[in-house]
Amino acid sequence: MARYDRAITVFSPDGHLFQVEYALEAVRKGNAAVGVRGTDTIVLGVEKKATPKLQDSRSVRKIVSLDNHIALACAGLKADARILINRARIECQSHRLTVEDPVTVEYITRYIAGLQQKYTQSGGVRPFGLSTLIVGFDPYTGVPALYQTDPSGTFSAWKANATGRNSNSMREFLEKNYKETSGQETVKLAIRALLEVVESGGKNIEIAVMTREKGLRQLEEAEIDAIVAEIEAEKAAAEAAKKAPSKEI
Amino acid sequence: MKLDTTGLESFASFHGEMDDLHGEFWAPPSFDLPVCADFDGFQKNAIQMVKPAKGTTTLAFVFKEGIIVAAESRTSMGGYVASQNVKKIVEINPYMIATVAGGAADCIFWHRNLGMKCRLYELENKRRISVAGASKLLTNMLYSYRGMGLSIGTMVAGCDEMGPSLYYVDSEGGRLKGSRFSVGSGSPYAYAVLDNGYRYDMPTGEAAELARRAIYHATFRDGASGGVAVVYHVGPDGWKKISGDDVRELHDKYYPAVQVPPEQEMMQVPPV
Repeated sequence: MARYDRAITVFSPDGHLFQVEYALEAVRKGNAAVGVRGTDTIVLGVEKKATPKLQDSRSVRKIVSLDNHIALACAGLKADARILINRARIECQSHRLTVEDPVTVEYITRYIAGLQQKYTQSGGVRPFGLSTLIVGFDPYTGVPALYQTDPSGTFSAWKANATGRNSNSMREFLEKNYKETSGQETVKLAIRALLEVVESGGKNIEIAVMTREKGLRQLEEAEIDAIVAEIEAEKAAAEAAKKAPSKEI
Repeated sequence: MKLDTTGLESFASFHGEMDDLHGEFWAPPSFDLPVCADFDGFQKNAIQMVKPAKGTTTLAFVFKEGIIVAAESRTSMGGYVASQNVKKIVEINPYMIATVAGGAADCIFWHRNLGMKCRLYELENKRRISVAGASKLLTNMLYSYRGMGLSIGTMVAGCDEMGPSLYYVDSEGGRLKGSRFSVGSGSPYAYAVLDNGYRYDMPTGEAAELARRAIYHATFRDGASGGVAVVYHVGPDGWKKISGDDVRELHDKYYPAVQVPPEQEMMQVPPV
């Protein structure tokens, strides 16, 4: 059985786990993903690479739900993602069965992170090559939450975060422009962050919005196009205002 | 014999053994069956031998101010009264209590085990476990030992975010949510008094008195019940023991001895 094989992830003389760091490289090559937490809305956005003409784009969903009140987006190896998502979905239901309560966002994040860590400390397996953004509402208090996990198995809570390709630029943008938002403002903030690194247009962005009452909703391409147009208009207006300051004494 | 020992380990899932790394479900725990002609009959006899009748009376009911839980305190082994002073209401944690009926050792062991699991849940999840969850954990553990001779008929009572909750859990793996339960050989007598006097909006004092009377009447008619009638109250701030009265004293209180004037008085015979 696998457990009797030699470990692949071993320490280097200067204390690095190179397999984990290489996994992080794989994440950095994956598509950009962003998550923003508002007061009553949480938004996940991912970059959609150009779909080949013959591919049915609906079969490639990058933002998935783990339960009625929890959703996940990831960056990195999509095949690894499928496995993690399946295990997380089973755990969500198993938790409902054993303690008659839905999972909290923190619980399922801890579970996924624990799973990722286990694969860095077992024989014959390699770490998962993906970082996840997990969002959801606490089933009891209704408080929104956004968590991120990475291949090493660490996790932490965020107000807004990005992962995958060019995540540093997106995170910088979010740090500069983050403020407490709600509803449509949260969606706009997430799209603006994504537009920093992604070619403009509804074709290249996938957005999902989660609210306490309605759960997860994937936005249609047309809706995204409309919001992008709004954002472009606002940007143009801001540029114009900068160039021609109002002449007042 | 491979028993499911997950109940004795840290917080584990319900479904049998799972290979952690690969997430496959292994076969549920099983044990070697003895070679005999009629296994079902043999199993039935074996269970009858180890499973004592639940010689006890315990009751619990939900009302406006929370839950009242009451029990008597006698253990009997057949006709022998082993003790008049047994604690049949066990505290799982400061806001949940449970009653003991059936095999005393089984009940007390599994309740302590449940207390451990509840505490681990609290530490992992930074919130208290709900009464529904705690009773579900107990049921799952008991179900995996189904048919192996455990004898437990317990009620788990507590106040959580949903308000006061009361669950009946037994060693057959049954679990019922309800607002009025009585368990044990004295339960028919207790039910009679309890169902007759129950109102949802009783004040706590009246509710405790109802429970006390119900236990007293059960001890009066059921030989396996007696000793002390113990009454607990569970409110949003936790449980509190209200009273523990010897049932003989309760008898004198409810039915005080009436002085019957003698028909004939003995008179001193005057000395001759």
